[in-house]
Order: sequence, then structure tokens, then C-alpha cells
Amino acid sequence: MAEATLPTEIQLDIVTPDRLAAHDAVTWVTFPGKDGYLGVLPGHAPLLTELGAGELEYTSGNAKHSLAVDGGFAEVLPDRVIVLVQTAERAEDIDVERAEKAKERAEDQLKRFSDPEVDLQHAQEALRRAIARLETAKKYHA
Amino acid sequence: MAALIDIRRRIRSVKSTQQITRAMKMVAAARLRRAQERIFNARPYANEMMSLLSSAAARITDRSHPLLAERPIQRQLLVLVTADRGLCGAFNTNLIRATQAYLDEHRERETSIIAVGRKGRDYFARRPVKIIGEHVNIFGRLEFAQAQPIAKSIIDLYQEVKVDSVDFIYNEFKSIMTQRVMVERYLPIKPIVPASGESLVDYIYEQPPLEIFSHLLPRYVEIEVYRALLESQAAELAARMTAMEAATNNARDMIDSLTLYMNRVRQAAITREIIEVVSGAAAT
Repeated sequence: MAEATLPTEIQLDIVTPDRLAAHDAVTWVTFPGKDGYLGVLPGHAPLLTELGAGELEYTSGNAKHSLAVDGGFAEVLPDRVIVLVQTAERAEDIDVERAEKAKERAEDQLKRFSDPEVDLQHAQEALRRAIARLETAKKYHA
Repeated sequence: MAALIDIRRRIRSVKSTQQITRAMKMVAAARLRRAQERIFNARPYANEMMSLLSSAAARITDRSHPLLAERPIQRQLLVLVTADRGLCGAFNTNLIRATQAYLDEHRERETSIIAVGRKGRDYFARRPVKIIGEHVNIFGRLEFAQAQPIAKSIIDLYQEVKVDSVDFIYNEFKSIMTQRVMVERYLPIKPIVPASGESLVDYIYEQPPLEIFSHLLPRYVEIEVYRALLESQAAELAARMTAMEAATNNARDMIDSLTLYMNRVRQAAITREIIEVVSGAAAT
């Protein structure tokens, strides 16, 4: 009986302070939880998690979408997923060159880890963000 | 009686001023539309943030967090959000007056100011108040990324117990005709009302609720700062639009009355000439 009531779709909302980045009915979504990637299908148990920088993917109809997100939060309900992130860039909108540069800059900073002026935590976060964007973009261009 | 040519020159000058004010009004109107859109776009994030906060708050018993901790106010921090430019009616004056009133009201507290916008900085730079931070020229391209450093600095100051309260003074966009000066306490954060009743979903928490709660709070401050900046931007543009509209109308009235005066002067000159001719003819 319980199976009959399971929803077949998830209403996915990705919100950032600047815009509603996605508002879609999806059949599957995965996102970068802070402690590892999480995949969600319709009917998932309610869940609340923090997100790290990484790649968010979802399938809507037959189309697969991919976005690079940085840290935030996600709320999962059986028929709804709400993702709160600071930035969400669609794979096709990512400026690969800029991401490469950001990655180099962050790596460069990390190499000079003994320099007291370098904010290590900041550099690490920047590196993670850059890598997330590059990985996401690669999927689209491949 | 003024010479005809002087009046003509005057009319021309008023006309070119009117062209400027009309252009400024149009620019403000176009940018206002975008600013209103941005307020609208930021709303889902803010709402969702609030609902996550209150549902996390309901899960934990010990809601003491450094950002919620109230203490007697000895050192207060004001974040004054003004415009970078003038020509927007009483927008900046109202803010500065409210700030001054607030300062007078709490003389016993040691006050420092973070000035957002050039006008507020310029005013208090010449007064005996400590300006410990300034963010000018951010309204041209206002983004969430500009709210973050402001949020970070107030959070740091509060957590390091360098200040005991943080208030925002800004103009709220009520409608195109009205802006309202708001004085709002940002830190300590007012107690989060825990979600209750049937809406309370039994979540699986990937991280402990307390951890999520304490990570949500700074994000909440960020979005609140961003909201104040957005409100102020929209209010400024609305104020400028209204002020420039009034200026354009005043210029029109002035042109009308100057034109009337000019015609009168011209007619008087003609009449005088005719009288001279007629009386000259009569004399012979």
C-alpha cells in the first residue's frame, strides 16, 4: 500500500540569493553533501544536510542537467528538494578559462602555505570551488 | 525691465537643466525596475533560510550561540546605509538625521560606525564618531558577494566581543512614493522561533542539528545584510526618480512663466515704439 502513495517525481528548487536557479520536476537528483555525495529519488525520507562545493546533477524528463554549486544547505522531502546555495552555475554557463585561473591562483596560494599572509582556509575553499566548476564544465563540453 | 536677450538666455539654460533632470529620472526608473526584481529574486532564499532555521531550532534544546547572546550594551556598532550620490531628495538627510537622533538617545554608549555609501561616510568623517569600516561605490553593481564582507565583519566584531550590538540604519523601499527609515537590530539575532505543530517534519540529519543551526546563523545574517542593501538601493532609486520628476516639473513651470514674461516684454517694446511713432506724427 505504501508503494502506491510514493510520488514519481520530485519538485526541485535551487535558490540562491540572486535568483531561482532551477525550478523543475525531476526524477533523480544528486548533490554534494558535506560528507559525501547524496543521491535522491522520489519518496526519499525527509533529510537535512549541509552542502559542500561540488556538482549537482538531476534528470528531468530525458534531459540531464548539471550545475556547479558551492556551499549551502539542502532539504529533502518525499516529493520536494530545496537546495540553498550561494551560487549555482549551469554547466553550459561556466567560464572554463576563469575557473582555470581561479584554480591556479588557489594552488599557488596553497604552495606558499608557510607565508603568514595566505589565508589557507580561504584558498582551500577557492580551490574546491574551482575544481567543482571545472568538473561540471567538462561534462558539458565532453 | 530685463532685456529680451537675457530672458531668452535664461530660458535656454533652464531648458538644458530640464533635459538633464528628465534623463536622470528615466535612468532611475529603469534601474529601479531591475532593483525591484532583485528584491523579488532574493525572497525565496530568505524565506527558505528562515524555515530551515526554525525547523533546526525546534530540534535542539540548547539554543545558545555567540550570535544570539545578549549582553549589556556598552559599545554599539551602527551600520549606516546611505547612497553614494545625492540628488535624491531627502533620502540621505533623513538617514543622517535618524542616526544623529539615535546617537543622542544613547550618549552613554561608545559608538562606532560602518558606513555603506559615500554620503554617510562623508558626513560622519567630520564628526567625532569612529568610522571603523566603509563600503562605498557598491550600489553600481550590487551583488550578494558585496553583502558578505559586511556580514563577516559585523559577525567577527560581535563574536570577538568588540561590540555589544549591531544596528542597521537604512531606508526601506515601501513604494515609489515613500521610503521609510528603519533602525533594526541585527546582532544579537533575535531569538529564532522554533517551528511547531504539524509542520514539524522528522528529518534525518546528516550533520547534528546544532551544527547545522550554528552554520545557518551566519548565512542568515548575510542574507539580512543583502536584503537591507537591496531595499536601500531600490529606495534610493525611487527617491531619485521622484526628486527628478519634481525638478522636471518645476523647470517646466519656470519655462512657462519666463516665456510669458518674455512675451510681455516684447509686446511692451512694440507698444512703446508705436507710441513714439504716433506721438511724433502728432507733434508735427
